Amino acid sequence: MADLKQQIIAQLNLKDLKPEDIGDDQPLFVEGLGLDSIDALELIVLLQQEYKIKLANAEEGQDVFRSVRTMAQYIREHQPKTV
Amino acid sequence: MSDTQTYITAHCCISSGEIFKNGMLLLNDKTGSDTTGFLLSAYKYFNVDYPKFYKMDNLCKLGFLSVELLLEGRRIAEEYSPETVGIVLSNANSSLDADLNYFQTVKNIPSPAQFVYTLPNIVIGEISIRHHCKGENAFFVNDRFDAGFMQFYVQDLFGRKRINACISGWVECLGEEYKAAVYLVENRPGKEALPFNIDHIHQIYEIANGEING
Repeated sequence: MADLKQQIIAQLNLKDLKPEDIGDDQPLFVEGLGLDSIDALELIVLLQQEYKIKLANAEEGQDVFRSVRTMAQYIREHQPKTV
Repeated sequence: MSDTQTYITAHCCISSGEIFKNGMLLLNDKTGSDTTGFLLSAYKYFNVDYPKFYKMDNLCKLGFLSVELLLEGRRIAEEYSPETVGIVLSNANSSLDADLNYFQTVKNIPSPAQFVYTLPNIVIGEISIRHHCKGENAFFVNDRFDAGFMQFYVQDLFGRKRINACISGWVECLGEEYKAAVYLVENRPGKEALPFNIDHIHQIYEIANGEING
């Protein structure tokens, strides 16, 4: 999950943060990291760019982007298998 | 034209690695940093604490920083009703700097974070959020700085009683060229206030051109 946190920091330009500053279960939006709707779009881009995963529908985002742990779990379950 | 008395109560200029507040040199960074590097080092030098700064495009960073210094020590939206604090800015290249950066991402996956900065008036939004300004605002794109037009437009807003204070000026950024010359106009004279007229606007703009004795 440390790699994912680093990718989130880079993608969202959260230059004041280090991976260890983000808790595995810390909410990413509103009361947690305080991300906004544009950040949500950037996280969708991150999934696509880094993991070749496209969210099937936007409503999934609320659950997928709840925390780093839920993101990591979604990536594990949906990452295309390499031959 | 109204006869409402208005005054330039502060001004701030940023260009070529230098930052001036009311004609006084605050920062001279000739390390040869690029625009992004210079704006970031200035942000850190003045100990500004606003994490969203990192997400802004360079035009917004420039406008944000110049107004941050312009309003230092002031709580403009508490001194006046927020609905009467306006922002009127201009430049020549609109948001072209952000447009070009966004265009680069389109070749791969378009970046939403870069897309949101592809309008020049976003800089007004960022300043408004930071300083709680809710008054009249406009961003004009002109070939060159037009002090006469800017003075007329802002003075007209005062004359119509739409605003009691206004952040105004020039905020331009394209690649490695950047220049901000912003000033605060109020209908109350402050210490060392200048009458709000075309000559004084020109003098402020000339500071950003390196003419410090203006």
